[in-house]
Amino acid sequence: MHADPNGVLTGVHFLDGDHACCEGTLAAGARFAAGYPITPSTEVVERFAWRIPTVGGIFIQMEDELAASIAIQGAVWGGAKAFTVTSGPGFSLMMEHIGYAAITETPCVFVNVQRGGPSTGLPTLPAQADMMQAKWGSHGDYSIIALCPNSPQECFDLTVTGFNLAEEFRVPVMMMLDECVGHMTEKVVIPEAGQIAITPRRFTYKSPAEFRLFEPREDLVPDMVKAGDGYRFHVTGLTHDERGYPSMNVETQDRLVRRMRDKLKPFANGRAVFEAENLDDAEVVVVSYGITSRVAQRATQMARAQGVRAGKFRIISAWPFPEQHIRELAGRVKAFVFPELNLGQMVHEVERCAAGRAKVISVPHAGGSVHKPEVILQAILEAAR
Amino acid sequence: MSEAILDIPLDSTKTAINPVEPYLRMDRMPHIWCPGCGIGTTVNCFARALESSGLNLDKVAIVSGIGCTGRVAGYANLDSFHTTHGRAIPFATGLKLSNPELQVVVYSGDGDLFAIGGNHFIHAARRNMDIKVICVNNLTYAMTGGQTGPATPTEVISATSPYGVFEPSFNLVQLAEAAGASYVARWTTYHVKQLSRSMEEVLHKKGFCFIEVLSPCPTLYQRRNKMGDGLDAMKFYKEVSKVRHGAPTSECALTRAGEIVVGKFVDRDRPDYLELLNRQMTATLGDRYATPEVTCSEG
Ligand SMILES: Cc1ncc(C[n+]2csc(CCOP(=O)(O)OP(=O)(O)O)c2C)c(N)n1
Ligand code: SF4
Ligand SMILES: [Mg+2]
Repeated sequence: MHADPNGVLTGVHFLDGDHACCEGTLAAGARFAAGYPITPSTEVVERFAWRIPTVGGIFIQMEDELAASIAIQGAVWGGAKAFTVTSGPGFSLMMEHIGYAAITETPCVFVNVQRGGPSTGLPTLPAQADMMQAKWGSHGDYSIIALCPNSPQECFDLTVTGFNLAEEFRVPVMMMLDECVGHMTEKVVIPEAGQIAITPRRFTYKSPAEFRLFEPREDLVPDMVKAGDGYRFHVTGLTHDERGYPSMNVETQDRLVRRMRDKLKPFANGRAVFEAENLDDAEVVVVSYGITSRVAQRATQMARAQGVRAGKFRIISAWPFPEQHIRELAGRVKAFVFPELNLGQMVHEVERCAAGRAKVISVPHAGGSVHKPEVILQAILEAAR
Repeated sequence: MSEAILDIPLDSTKTAINPVEPYLRMDRMPHIWCPGCGIGTTVNCFARALESSGLNLDKVAIVSGIGCTGRVAGYANLDSFHTTHGRAIPFATGLKLSNPELQVVVYSGDGDLFAIGGNHFIHAARRNMDIKVICVNNLTYAMTGGQTGPATPTEVISATSPYGVFEPSFNLVQLAEAAGASYVARWTTYHVKQLSRSMEEVLHKKGFCFIEVLSPCPTLYQRRNKMGDGLDAMKFYKEVSKVRHGAPTSECALTRAGEIVVGKFVDRDRPDYLELLNRQMTATLGDRYATPEVTCSEG
């Protein structure tokens, strides 16, 4: 299926990442957004509020992020593709509903334009310190997908991908921007609608009598329905059986929680999104994501100029973590260098996957600006020594 | 009870069905509620209201929060959503806006709707969101063991107020009116006919509608306050209730043992959220305005 031309602003534009992300939601078919203002993310919904009345859809500004993050899920069960947008403190408030989306397998997108924290922190300045929160922030065991664009163009492209993945796997998808990527303005090319692939919602073909709301197909993902179509289904955040009915026992819990994890395995095993450069002969691999990857790129080039065989592995899909790739690299490189705008989060995943086979050097930064390339270069030179 | 009293011929007991059964998920019975609990009574009234409303029940959805009352959604034979604590109203908001032909009913408890969810309640009323909110007010947080809530009257003993509640409580009907509700009524589980009628009425009324139902929790609230069982609650409601349609809601505050003013207090017509949205967009955008088509197409 291809994008609905109504939502696609085909052409070459000069857009910031937040606006490009908004265009991505429209191209992806989102016709419902709920939000609550917070810097540096508000521009996404401001643009949506401006665009949507002529496209045909609804933006509602809710009373808080708890409301926004559950209103979108009501909209999804009503049949919409929907998303919300936030940053820092708002993301913290949304955690309960990320868990609700996970257990009810509600396909939806959460955009988080990361800023410095904790708490109110640095409202207008960048960080990448919500990466673990995106994965683990709600209570209980569950799985999500998180994508990290590093340019306005990717804010557009990956937002479309994010919506598609949400439909395919029925998980909440986190778009993990950062303030720099959200606010940087660059060329954004939006293709013709016919060139934008859209994953349609997998509505069931079964009749209400045969249909069971959480009966998984072979790929472990159940088919969807929407309210009003006569299925008389029940959705609950309680542990539930395949009918969707609450069932408080160890077996049901085990089956449900394991299936919710296992359904993402095909993504983890072979569908990870990343960008690699100069890995063939690399002795040091610089791992990065988001805005930091652009600084890391520079540092890697500087290292090459000084004769160090440095390569780049840019994480684009951060969750599920691209384990296979890091494991493979760990068997043949000397060291990983990992700059992030936090005091060391995703680097723990690299350590876990390297399992002692390669050195792992964290290059932390508390946020508020980006690394200086020289700082990353220094780490690369040390790693190569 | 002997069969004679039930007045059902013995040989037809297998085929006799309770008239509310089609409105319930009978495959989920027995329900979790205690003997004497009033929630079931309200559900019975709701089923009768659904029946008499004549609505296509495929187009009626029910949304609950968390609590004993929050379990109602799970027993209603409708598209039904058991959401998170306090958030039934914003969920219902998204559901209604994405699929406006649905009649969306929120069915939840006093703690859920007015403590953790209080902010959502006032904003949905302010927007005149076209949803119908039914609050089973048992004056306590029952599901968690009978703690004090925002509707618990002063002097009541609760699990977290062992020496008596001293904070003032909300007058829910006054709050609903002040926030902008189009329809506001209060009944008790003693007033089953009136309650059913009110429920039926809101199923046909546009805008944000609110019905408060006082309902006994014999297990926690009444036991702790030495107020007897479910039957005693009915006697109490019968004794102290006064029907005063159109009474100023400011005069309808509840106390531990005082008068309970019941009736329909507010019934007014205001444009609802979608109507206001369409009006504003048409006025400013004219032909460029595309009426919302929110649901996504099938693959
Ligand atoms: C976020 C959150 N906080 C607390 C709870 C625990 N909890 C479950 S039900 C409930 C109170 C429900 O009270 P009410 O809405 O009056 O419903 P009732 O049980 O009285 O019908 C609470 C506090 C929860 N489920 N979620
Ligand atoms: S605890 Fe109270 S409100 Fe809950 S089911 Fe029992 S009687 Fe009803
Ligand atoms: Mg209660």
